[in-house]
Amino acid sequence: MTAFLSVIVVLPIAAVVWESRRDGAASFWDVVTSPGAVDALKLSLGAAAVVALMNAVLGTITAWVLVRDRFRGQHLVNSIIDLPFALPTIVAGLTLIALYGPRSPVGIDVFGTRVAIGLALLFVTLPFVVRTVQPVLLELDREMEEAARSLGAGELTVFRRIVLPNILPGILSGVALAFARAVGEIGAVVLIAGNLQVASVFIFTHIESGDRAGASAVAVVLLTISFAVLLVIGGVRRLATRHERV
Amino acid sequence: MSIEIQGIGKRFGDFVALEDVTLEVEAGSLTALLGPSGSGKSTLLRIVAGLEQPDAGTVRLDGEDVTVTPPQARGVGFVFQHYAAFKHMTVRKNVAFGLEVRRRPKSEVAARVDELLELVQLRGLADRYPAQLSGGQRQRMALARALAVEPSVLLLDEPFGALDARVRKELRRWLRRLHDEQHVTTVIVTHDQEEAMDVADRIALMHEGRIQQIGDPRELYDAPVNDFVRSFFGPVVETADGLVRPHDLSLSHEPGPTSFEAMVTRVVHLGFEVRVDLLDADGRAFSAQLTRDEEAELELESGQIVFVSPRNGVDASVGTPGLGVGDEVVE
Amino acid sequence: MSVSSVALSSGARRLTLRGIALFYLLAILIGPVIVVCWRTFDQGAGHVWDTLTDSNTIHAFEMTLLVTAIAVPVNTVFGIIVGLAIVRRNFPLKGLLNAFIDLPLALSPVVVGLSLFLLYGRGGWFGDWFEAHGIQILFALPAMVLATIFVSLPFVAREVIPTLREIGDEQEQAARTLGASAWQTFRRITLPSIRWAVIYGVVLTTARCLGEYGAVAIVSGRLEGQTETATLRVEDRYTNFDLAGAYSIAVVLASMAILVLIAMTLLKPKEEAER
Repeated sequence: MTAFLSVIVVLPIAAVVWESRRDGAASFWDVVTSPGAVDALKLSLGAAAVVALMNAVLGTITAWVLVRDRFRGQHLVNSIIDLPFALPTIVAGLTLIALYGPRSPVGIDVFGTRVAIGLALLFVTLPFVVRTVQPVLLELDREMEEAARSLGAGELTVFRRIVLPNILPGILSGVALAFARAVGEIGAVVLIAGNLQVASVFIFTHIESGDRAGASAVAVVLLTISFAVLLVIGGVRRLATRHERV
Repeated sequence: MSIEIQGIGKRFGDFVALEDVTLEVEAGSLTALLGPSGSGKSTLLRIVAGLEQPDAGTVRLDGEDVTVTPPQARGVGFVFQHYAAFKHMTVRKNVAFGLEVRRRPKSEVAARVDELLELVQLRGLADRYPAQLSGGQRQRMALARALAVEPSVLLLDEPFGALDARVRKELRRWLRRLHDEQHVTTVIVTHDQEEAMDVADRIALMHEGRIQQIGDPRELYDAPVNDFVRSFFGPVVETADGLVRPHDLSLSHEPGPTSFEAMVTRVVHLGFEVRVDLLDADGRAFSAQLTRDEEAELELESGQIVFVSPRNGVDASVGTPGLGVGDEVVE
Repeated sequence: MSVSSVALSSGARRLTLRGIALFYLLAILIGPVIVVCWRTFDQGAGHVWDTLTDSNTIHAFEMTLLVTAIAVPVNTVFGIIVGLAIVRRNFPLKGLLNAFIDLPLALSPVVVGLSLFLLYGRGGWFGDWFEAHGIQILFALPAMVLATIFVSLPFVAREVIPTLREIGDEQEQAARTLGASAWQTFRRITLPSIRWAVIYGVVLTTARCLGEYGAVAIVSGRLEGQTETATLRVEDRYTNFDLAGAYSIAVVLASMAILVLIAMTLLKPKEEAER
């Protein structure tokens, strides 16, 4: 099993790190700070951050509606949330071009803009916050909210002081996952982004043009972000259980 | 503050939780809503608190109709069976919550919290989290939290139900003492008849969504209005005349006008009292309770046939048909 | 005490939240998918048929299914073994192992593709060795399989681990005291007890394999009729201005996705009940 894991995961990652340092630290820095790379990274990080925050709000609202509300077709809606997990990303990108591209039936054409990138990333990250918040909401002791109401707290206060602190770990881990996914996404953005280059497209084109060092340098940045996100999620998990540790 | 409940009805789907419930709670009194599970007592309490909406009827607090007023605005304190502690806040913050919501100045809040923590004897645990407290401590915190905002009505929903027997008895006594000092109108829901009798000024016994009888503990024990009430408050024996308490049976070696035959199976001396286990003609087992002197006079032995009848002056109510409460009800 | 004014009554609040959530889902998820399905059959079914029966397209689907058929069982076995190791045993660096299993979820597929490229390409760590022995890794099936295994690694493990944790090992201990061998215990006690977790994990793995694009795009070379998968073919058709063709393939893939989604919906409660 260790051998398997090494072959599949460890060695390849090591190779990327190695390659990025092959020509030395200075060269690594040069590549990473070259305008193309900087723009690509800025675009990826910026878009991922915006999308992660939007997910925090919209994902929480969606989870709330799925847990606390009751309406016809609710089960169907709940299942649809998982669509981005099931649908190939390239197909996702294509569907967004169909609705928000040059021949949009609703007259919205954002092809080749940052908005398009944002939409693509929203698509692929949609389930993350919803699915991390839902179980926490389900487990929440409703009597805490009732107690707060009986003590005079209005609905907004109940949400702010009782519900939110308890679902915050769920939101944070969902946001972390969404961010990691968004920053490295390729399939959904590659078509709709047009000429705009996100980090993953940058790496792609530089591999094709034979610039391994350049591709690796930016890849290492993405790799570091991935590891950082995993650390954050681990930290959030510890945060979530701190009140329960006696 | 007095509570007036008029004609309350509540259904959950097909299930009728409450049917035409009317009850008056005097200001400053401690009333128990007593009954088995499913009798509707918790639902009624939650309706008074505003945590549920009734389908019919009204709730008045000090004469004011609050039936549609949200719980935030009713000024009632509520204590839950499973504490409903704000698990992400310390004990201090829990107790302070109601005052903070009312935007009281920090110094005032701190002083009042300290006062209450002193009252419930949790002073040293103020900075702990609920998870670090025992059940009894959590419930005391919940009480302090509810009292912090000086509610005009205090409602407790099986507050000691999740605690073990010893803690339950302690907290029960403590609650009564607290009430005697503070005189807040209190309503407590419980399924434990002993608890109700120990703690409450008046008891409302409920069954299947209706109130069976309201009165002080003695009334319900001595003058039950129907078989359900009678059997709820202590062991009963079914006789031809109806339900009778074991200590209201008299035994004799001579037949009498209202007596029936039974065979003694066992004579158990319990200090001052003697319990006599018997089998009636249909083979059903029951017990009578005699004083030591009475038994000594009769010299009962296992295997003897004796004649059993209600003592003179005892009124056995005719049971509601189909109620099916006969036989020994174990305490 | 007066009621503090709430901006919306509870009924209005509920409807507003519901509206926001549903609009969000419609705008981002449902709308686009509907438009594609509609547009595909806009020109009539004829073109769809042509695209789908094109030999390169058929080959692309075959490649997708072949890669999936290899990657899924491999990751299933791995997932079960790793799950058992993590939950039932203690060994150094367990945390690190856990992190590496989760890594593919947080990692860009492009980085995955690059890493394999570096390892097995010319001048790469292993590339020269394989080339000397006449084994082609890159731009051929092996690299595509390796890439797909990497990206779909975690799913079975991540379903199996919490389930194993919840059910505990008492049943297995009982079996051992009754004389069952390790293999018998595994086959007759452990495996059935995690059945639904494994199946659910397999469904997620399959979906990931079917939908893989970035890593495979890099390591396969996208050679039409040879190393193209269905997802790569969609991009190929699009960049060659055959929009309808791209839509057709996309619709087939989307239909597979719907089946996956249905499977997920049906299996989730079973998997949760197992815990």
